[in-house]
Amino acid sequence: MPHDHHDHDHLSPSGHPYRQDNDGALTYWQTMEIAIRELMIEKGELSAAQIQAQIDAMDERSPANGAAVVARAWTDPDFRNRLLANGSDAAREMGFDIGPMHLVAVENTAHIHNLIVCTLCSCYPRNLLGLPPDWYKTREYRSRAVREPRAVLREFGVELPVTTTLRVHDSTADMRYIVLPARPAGTDGLSVDALAKLVTRDSMIGTGLAKAP
Amino acid sequence: MTLAVGTTVRIKDMAPLGHIRTPHYLRGKTGVIERVLGGFKNPEQLAYMVPAPTRTLYRVRFEMGHIWPDAEATHDTLDAEIYEHWIDQNAP
Repeated sequence: MPHDHHDHDHLSPSGHPYRQDNDGALTYWQTMEIAIRELMIEKGELSAAQIQAQIDAMDERSPANGAAVVARAWTDPDFRNRLLANGSDAAREMGFDIGPMHLVAVENTAHIHNLIVCTLCSCYPRNLLGLPPDWYKTREYRSRAVREPRAVLREFGVELPVTTTLRVHDSTADMRYIVLPARPAGTDGLSVDALAKLVTRDSMIGTGLAKAP
Repeated sequence: MTLAVGTTVRIKDMAPLGHIRTPHYLRGKTGVIERVLGGFKNPEQLAYMVPAPTRTLYRVRFEMGHIWPDAEATHDTLDAEIYEHWIDQNAP
């Protein structure tokens, strides 16, 4: 045997443990989704191509969209003001199709750090940042981000000085949030595109900072 | 009447069943209106596809030291969206 795993009941013939897959029967809701989708196509309400196009549109959303918004705000003070006043309009102004999403942008400064969480479910500005990371949806993050946010930030490698005010934002209802991270030092000469590459997904959730150049 | 930014408010301490968007850890707590977000359909009805009245939604800011007496930094804050019918208008 190439490996000496102890739980021999769960080994494949190659000696590796089996990885869980879609091994069970379809759930009620999976069956419902397939039935409704097939009926909609059969009745001509939607085409398979339309459904695929929507899946493609959702897959194309990525943190690069949010990074472009942040880099623009770093370089265009008027845009920054519009973004903080009305995040949805500012994102649309840059050409992002964010649908009916109500976006609130919160700005990190020398003395304020912002952190986003959704304790009740997993609300996330998907229309701008794409799919959330798995940890964002866990009960651990959702509970600890409001109960002991500084400890959570330390685990992400962010140590906040006691002089910094941490503002945690719980997206409990209709708003979605994006953090406008602080612009890193030493970036004065950089282009908007080069700045956008410093903006990480986590820096827009608040669990990280923008990268140094 | 819409509450003004800066008004001190207390969140009602009640526990109805259903699709409630007021987290338990804020019920009975006191905070300050951070901004007025406008009118939104009440999700407590909307979630069940029954007629939903429009309610004013606020962002309310709480101090961490008030929510959690053992908070590491009591001056840190927690902002949450709270519907008007969860705000106790009679609270001091």
